[in-house]
Amino acid sequence: MTLPVSDTAPARPAVGWAGLARRAEAVVLPIGALLVGFAAFSLFLLLQGKSPADFFALVYRAGFGTAFSWENTLSRAAPLLLAALCVALPARLGLVVIGGEGAIVLGGVGAGFAGALLAGTPALIALPAMLLTAMVIGAVWIGAIGVLRHYRGVNETIASLLMAYIAIALMNHMVEGPLRDPASLNKPSTEPLVDALRVGTLPGWDVHWGLAFGVIACVLVWILIDKTTWGFAARIAGGNVRAAQVQGLPVGRLIVGFTALGGAFAGMAGFFEVAAVHGSANASLAGGYGYTGILIAFLARHNPLAIIPVAILLAGFEASSGLVQRRMDLPDATVLVLQGFVFMSILMSETLYGRFKLFAPERWRAA
Amino acid sequence: METDLGYWIIPLAILGGAIRVSTPFLFVSLGEALTERSGRINLGLEGTLVFGAMSGYALAYLTGSPWLGVLAAAICGALFGLVHGVICSLPRVNDIAVGIAMMILGMGLAFYFGKPFVQPVAPDLPAISFGWWSDVPQVRAALEVNVLFLIGAALAVLLWWMLRTTRVGLTLRVVGDSTDAARAMGLRPALIRTCATAVGGAFAGVGGAYLSLYYPGSWNEGISSGQGLMAVALVIFARWNPLACFGAALLFGGAGALGPVLQSVGVSEGYYLFFAAPYVLTLGVLIATSSPTRAMTGAPGELSITK
Repeated sequence: MTLPVSDTAPARPAVGWAGLARRAEAVVLPIGALLVGFAAFSLFLLLQGKSPADFFALVYRAGFGTAFSWENTLSRAAPLLLAALCVALPARLGLVVIGGEGAIVLGGVGAGFAGALLAGTPALIALPAMLLTAMVIGAVWIGAIGVLRHYRGVNETIASLLMAYIAIALMNHMVEGPLRDPASLNKPSTEPLVDALRVGTLPGWDVHWGLAFGVIACVLVWILIDKTTWGFAARIAGGNVRAAQVQGLPVGRLIVGFTALGGAFAGMAGFFEVAAVHGSANASLAGGYGYTGILIAFLARHNPLAIIPVAILLAGFEASSGLVQRRMDLPDATVLVLQGFVFMSILMSETLYGRFKLFAPERWRAA
Repeated sequence: METDLGYWIIPLAILGGAIRVSTPFLFVSLGEALTERSGRINLGLEGTLVFGAMSGYALAYLTGSPWLGVLAAAICGALFGLVHGVICSLPRVNDIAVGIAMMILGMGLAFYFGKPFVQPVAPDLPAISFGWWSDVPQVRAALEVNVLFLIGAALAVLLWWMLRTTRVGLTLRVVGDSTDAARAMGLRPALIRTCATAVGGAFAGVGGAYLSLYYPGSWNEGISSGQGLMAVALVIFARWNPLACFGAALLFGGAGALGPVLQSVGVSEGYYLFFAAPYVLTLGVLIATSSPTRAMTGAPGELSITK
């Protein structure tokens, strides 16, 4: 299958008002769709006799109202940024990879295992080794999907999802079996990391380093896909594989490279979940970050820079879930319903691109 | 245990397990086969399955009739399919992405509305004992066949016949193979695809009701473990043929029964790995049947997943 790789935007946007109008479409339409999604969700709440105003006020308070809630939100945003990159990078080639959860989970197990092995070594050596282990595992796991896609013609969407289920089964096997710390009774885990191998918080903030790595990763990926020939080649291959091959572009290497890089970032998310949040690898690694990442990437229209604000917004919603549950007596699945509404509305808005004359300067005079 | 069957219990339990576990696969894959034959793919059936399980269980509990539960699940499933179908009819909207969104929405709504039904006990669907001739309890247990399984088997034959020989089947195949040819014949592809997606959704809803009303027979948030998604791959394995879907569902059901069966005879080593068996099997089948150069035999020409 192929995603529509933005066939409306020109490679080099015009300058001045015309360029601005064209860029405005890419901002106004997603925000409009987001608002429509919120409106649909408000209607849903009204039908339940709950107040949407209360809901959004609570989300604001719990997600963005205070310094503490910002720290909570940003800590949750860290893995989401990286999980979204795992969707956005292959999307550049028109691939829909939705199994990032698998790379997060196995990356986390790899980091936990490496951490247990390196318990006595200095953090300066052990932490990079753990991070590298997680990233390599993630890259191999998702890169394999790219290999299957290009060299075997296996549909990447279904393959990645099946591999996510396999990864979770593998994690359960490892955590309950060979890698289990006998001391973990109720919640089977790998051996807890020694304190020296825990990743701390950013200076002056109560937010772990995953956020900085996530933001830097988004910027780097933006440079890769927007400013380098690799990104340009990937876009051509995403638009038309045959044309790219005729031009001599290394389509296979692009596909494997982009999927593997996406997987490496998902693996990094697993590392931070283990080293900064849980302190050991256990079943809470399969926390659904991979699936929220899909929504974030689509909401951001696979633009790495747009992923940053979108991930923070969604992290705020997830951070407020507990308070909303207690104060408004709503089930914890409420956030999932909201995500569903927003996702549907965003996808429906795809049909509107290029429909409005306001955003198409070349059609202004024709009016 | 009255009779010691030794390790014979394993194939017997896998057979019984296959019959019990395969029914959701059967219904979802039949629905998906119908949808895909019309040239569209609905990945959202996982969400439809879960919502069907919830709505079926809820209505069976409230009315006391499991069959009304099945009906409710079918109606809800059809509505989900209809929404998917209508949205995908809009130009430039990607059917796979909408499927993912419907999956999230379906699960979200099911967990949201299903919260009050986790505790109560709803009546089960009836089963027919085909093992009455045997004195061995394991044989009796293995041959206890639910009515929905029989309905599903009949449905597979009916759909196969319908696709092959009837006008409705021909229309569906034309729309699935070439939008242009269908338009030239005066058909309305978007409308037909939407209808096929709605019917496919109804089937998936029934598959979900089977989960909550028979096996495992209760409603909770972990009721489905990807059966709806595996069914999509299963349809490819079955080459879009409803009869082959029946065989594939039995095979996948058997693989799914492997973990619990081995646990019941005391094999606990690698317990979680056996749980991965159906996913590994699906992936293996997908890899074996795919090819980078040619379309799959029997694939509908308009299907985005095989292009």
